[in-house]
Amino acid sequence: MAMLHTVNKSPFEKRSLDSALSHAIDGAAILMIEDGIYGALKGTAVSAKIEKALGNLKVYVLGPDLKARGMTEDQVVDGVKVVDYAGFVDLVTEYDKVQAWL
Amino acid sequence: MKLAVLVNEGPYQHQAADSALQFVKAAVAKGHEIFRVFFYHDGVNNGTRFAIPPQDDRNITVEWSKLAEEHKLDLVVCIAAAQRRGILDENEAKRQGKSGDNIAPGFRISGLGQLIEAGIQAERLVVFGD
Repeated sequence: MAMLHTVNKSPFEKRSLDSALSHAIDGAAILMIEDGIYGALKGTAVSAKIEKALGNLKVYVLGPDLKARGMTEDQVVDGVKVVDYAGFVDLVTEYDKVQAWL
Repeated sequence: MKLAVLVNEGPYQHQAADSALQFVKAAVAKGHEIFRVFFYHDGVNNGTRFAIPPQDDRNITVEWSKLAEEHKLDLVVCIAAAQRRGILDENEAKRQGKSGDNIAPGFRISGLGQLIEAGIQAERLVVFGD
């Protein structure tokens, strides 16, 4: 019953990432898309939260949305995996349910 | 796998319509079946053929229509949300006494039951919105 949680808002704007993290249980995954990618970056006020989440969750970020915002893969917190749209589709099929935190 | 997509945001609002479009393109490229794409709330604005974005910008509605034609997608616009926002097909225009319709090719107007059915029939429902 592992669930994929998608987050499309910046954690510096909305609380979607916090909602996702507080609902996700062990074995679930978080995928950050659109402005949500800001949650995946190293050296920010929320980086520690992601580093902690990596202990019991898989964390992914959508590469094209990183690139669209001028960010590169090496700016992402270690352990967060970068996927493309094909990888997004794979995650959707891999997990039992998908929950969007808007 | 059988997938369904729900789009709750209009084109050029933020990014949800683009994300949904890219997701559907990637899913069909991988050989998955898209059972239905349901457009709800401001998402119904994806379905008007009267929008004219600048020539150097992407035309999201045209891309949906093309994708629907190529892959026989079922693009369904919620009727109540559509009427609030002036999205009409020929039948609805006639029924409401309006002078013309503006639904884009490949889209059809129907009820919320279509979303429920998509949720039941598809193995995953992926939501895009703002």
